[in-house]
Amino acid sequence: METYQIYSITSGVLFVIGMGGVFLSKHFIKKIIATIIMGSGVFLAFVSFAERDALSFADPVPQALVITGIVVAVASAAFALALARRIYQLTGEESFTIEK
Amino acid sequence: METTSFLPLLILISSLVPGIMILLLREEQFAMRTFLNLFGAVAKVALVGWVFAGYLSGEEYNFIFRLAPDLTFALRLDALGLFFAALSSALWLITTLYAIGYLEGGLHRNRFFAFFSLCVTASTGIALSGNVITFFIFYEFLTLSTYPLVVHKGTDEAVAAGRTYLWYTIGGGTILFLGVVGLYAVAGPIYFGQTEIIASLISEYPTQLTILFFLVLAGLGVKAAIFPLHGWLPVSMVAPAPVSALLHAVAVVKAGAFGIVRLVYDVYGIGVAEEMNFLSVLAVFAAFTIIYGSVRALYQNDFKKRLAYSTVSQISYIALGVAIPGALTSTGAIVHLVHQGLMKITMFFAAGNVAETYGHKKISELNGIGRRMPLTMGAFTIAAFGMIGVPPVAGFISKWYLGLGAVEAGSYWVVLVFLASSALNAAYFLPIVYRAWFCEPDHEVVERLRSGRLETQALLLIPVVVTGILSLTSGLFAAVTGSPLSIAREIIEKFYLL
Amino acid sequence: MTGLPTSPLPALLVGFPILLAILTLFFRPGVKALVGLAGCLLTALLAFIAFVEVTQRGTVIHTPGGWDPPLGILLRMDALAAVFIGMTALVGGFISLYAWRYLRAQDPATGGYPLFWPLWLFLWAGLNGLFLSNDLFNLFVTIEVISICAVALAVLSGKAGALKAGLRYLLAAITGSMAYLFGVALLYGSTGTLDLDHLGQVLEPGTTTTFALLVVTLGLLIKMAGFPFHFWLPPAHSNALAPVSALLSALVVKGAFYILLRLWMEVFGVGITYAAGQLIGLAGAIAVIWGSWQAFMQTSLKLLVAHSSVAQLGYLLMIFPLLILPPGVTADSADWLSVTWTGGVYQVISHAIAKASFFLSAGIVIMAVGHDRIESLRDLVGNMRITSMAIGLAGVSLIGLPPSGGFVGKWMLLKGILLSGQWWWAPVVVAGSLLTAGYVFMLLRLAFAPAREKEPFRPVPKTLEVVALLLAVSSFLIVFPADYLIQFLENSEIFGSGIEAVLKGGFYGND
Repeated sequence: METYQIYSITSGVLFVIGMGGVFLSKHFIKKIIATIIMGSGVFLAFVSFAERDALSFADPVPQALVITGIVVAVASAAFALALARRIYQLTGEESFTIEK
Repeated sequence: METTSFLPLLILISSLVPGIMILLLREEQFAMRTFLNLFGAVAKVALVGWVFAGYLSGEEYNFIFRLAPDLTFALRLDALGLFFAALSSALWLITTLYAIGYLEGGLHRNRFFAFFSLCVTASTGIALSGNVITFFIFYEFLTLSTYPLVVHKGTDEAVAAGRTYLWYTIGGGTILFLGVVGLYAVAGPIYFGQTEIIASLISEYPTQLTILFFLVLAGLGVKAAIFPLHGWLPVSMVAPAPVSALLHAVAVVKAGAFGIVRLVYDVYGIGVAEEMNFLSVLAVFAAFTIIYGSVRALYQNDFKKRLAYSTVSQISYIALGVAIPGALTSTGAIVHLVHQGLMKITMFFAAGNVAETYGHKKISELNGIGRRMPLTMGAFTIAAFGMIGVPPVAGFISKWYLGLGAVEAGSYWVVLVFLASSALNAAYFLPIVYRAWFCEPDHEVVERLRSGRLETQALLLIPVVVTGILSLTSGLFAAVTGSPLSIAREIIEKFYLL
Repeated sequence: MTGLPTSPLPALLVGFPILLAILTLFFRPGVKALVGLAGCLLTALLAFIAFVEVTQRGTVIHTPGGWDPPLGILLRMDALAAVFIGMTALVGGFISLYAWRYLRAQDPATGGYPLFWPLWLFLWAGLNGLFLSNDLFNLFVTIEVISICAVALAVLSGKAGALKAGLRYLLAAITGSMAYLFGVALLYGSTGTLDLDHLGQVLEPGTTTTFALLVVTLGLLIKMAGFPFHFWLPPAHSNALAPVSALLSALVVKGAFYILLRLWMEVFGVGITYAAGQLIGLAGAIAVIWGSWQAFMQTSLKLLVAHSSVAQLGYLLMIFPLLILPPGVTADSADWLSVTWTGGVYQVISHAIAKASFFLSAGIVIMAVGHDRIESLRDLVGNMRITSMAIGLAGVSLIGLPPSGGFVGKWMLLKGILLSGQWWWAPVVVAGSLLTAGYVFMLLRLAFAPAREKEPFRPVPKTLEVVALLLAVSSFLIVFPADYLIQFLENSEIFGSGIEAVLKGGFYGND
């Protein structure tokens, strides 16, 4: 098994774990962490594709993309955390209890 | 295409713009509102008259605007459409006068007159539309603009009636929509009169075109109140009298009947419709509705409800006339569009006058009313005799043509239906006439007519007298050129000779 | 991308609102609103200029800084982008006017939610950027900007209900983005390009492509609240402030639809399977029925309108199955294809206008009576004539009755359905219309009914009522330029190569 295949498979597994977590867990923080895991999977996938057949060096484009992606993901996660904290302050709730 | 003319558009604008302007008025601006109403109504009659004269001398009027590819808004004048437009614009003028008197001091008059004008716009639009899609646009527009009139009183009963009305009409409209889109998908854009399109496609797509015919027919049947789609009509009688008179006796139900005429004569063509046995199905439903409506009418004690069931029955005369092939029945059907309108509007005016002046809404309360309101009940009596088919009132002419045509076509069962229906008509109208003229009033309310006073307000009285006289004269002078019958015969000659 | 005329307008459409958004941050609250409003109106004006530019010159492009792809970013404004940008400007302009007056009346103490303006301008920049983007990653970045601004706007009131709905919205949005980005990674891995045009040419069918298609579509479906991922939309849209609800329903969800349309028509045009299309159509059909039924069952006005959005988005999903022929079938002409996709775009516009008007009117009613139970509509006609008219007109357009814009959209959709031979979608369209009529007329019935108890209608600024009515009237007036718009889209031949591929049955077709 080649290196990039290991990365690719890992990225898929991470993505699926994260996605399952987002849908299945109820707790705010768990959900937010799950999105971060999804993000890690995606970024790993990008990085694993940086090694391309025709190139003797790593393709720079995915790395540029990943940096941008991480910035976006961090911002989203920070925003989500801020929201969760504010909800906790206002109501004392820390998870989606009533599904509506 | 031919030259564009803005005249058909102007005919629509003559009621559309006053309607919108009235909506923006304040409630107390009585003079302005009355002016706008009458101006619009008179302008419309004048325009229709002008165009009619132009049409007779060979002018063509077309207005075409593309909304989207294949979706063309087309107004086009032909004899049948003008016939219907003339009917609705003339009766609009009369009903507007009546409504001004009727709603004196009522609530929300702006809203009433605004939507009333929009309704008339829609029904003239239906008359003038040149293709299937334009017809559909106005057909739906009519549904929407009638709704506020049905719920006008705002009572729980009115609101409930509005709900029933909507379920029927929106449901019908949706089925019609499906049918119309289907027609466009199979046959492309269809202008009225281009029967050759369907004729050339019928052998290739027999199933599709059959389904589409019945979809469109069902959509139209709702407004034409053909059994089992008639349920909205009696319920809607909760609306004010002018609405029942113009819309539920003339504009709305006629829109459905007119649509059926268009569908059979101008879209599918008589040949195809007969060959595919569409007409026999229509005939069975129409015949059943005629009898059913009359029987139901017998049992109504509410004056307007009895009239409503009578409408259910009478409108199907038109459908039945269309369904029996032959020039005579077709002439009868088309002339009945006008005759039935004149007679039924007279009856609704009369019912409204009685309710407005004495508060009587039940037939059992009508004893001796003829002595107190001789002119109103006189007009009613003429119309009732017409409905029964007594010569020389208008209704006789239509029934004569329909019956004669049925004999000619060999459909003797239809003749039986007509005879049975006439007997039933007599059975439910004559008691009213009898009570009005020959029964002693129940209560001691013998308010003697003081000399020099009218039996009710002039604005309520004049319209009923005018339409009563018209019902009589259009029957008496049916042979004269320019009478509804003569025009109907010309229209039919076109369909059968072309 | 050579040979296309360049123009600075695409860059301005993105840059100008961003600059203004930053600028508003420096003013104190009262002035902020004024600067923000002025900025919104200027942005709208700019968008109209750009629209005219495209109608005159055809597709225009811009490469910021002169850097060509793949390192630089190419902004491409074709007919489709121009139509969406124009729609955003029209609806956004009206909503900005409304927001200016509404927010001041709602919260006079702090100068009316001053943060609304920078967030809305950023959102607008994001939307314009999305419509102009021509590569997969750029689309990702813009849709993230949109999502974050949209959530921030949705929680602007700071109430617990709004915050919870906002968090749910944000989590759904992140999940959607990640799924989309995963698909982008796969596509880049197998082709080495992100450029939409290039990708459309080099994309080969295969397991990777199919999988990428699935995750990208899944992500975008989550973002546009397609059934069964619609759960986040009703709470988020109904808990937001009225102008924000209007923005979210009218414009924001359309961003994801835009990407989906572009990808399916331009990129996956050859690699898509019949079954996937049918599945999306099924999701749309269920959304139409389920959303309308839910809307019918609501007792709260804004929740009703929000559920109606779920249903209306379902109609948009139903165009996807029509873009694919069943396996083994080829067609000579593509008459239903252009009807379908231009009809879909037209449906987007008419829904945006009607729904914005609906939400703005709901905001007015709530402001007047103080709560949003549907019962509060009783005797609305007697008390607020203008708003009643607005609700009536917008509702009629949503049902799709003539002569409204919604009618033209439904007409084209239904015609596409019948022409393509996939007649089984037709009953859904019809049933959806009936259910929509059910809830719209339920509102109108109450509006005409007499008041049970005399609840006072508080006076509401006239500006608000007039703006809502103008939007409602616009949803009818757009019938007039319909022919022009549809021709404009058709003649642009944006999806030329895609259509040919569909006619040949696609990759999976004729075996």
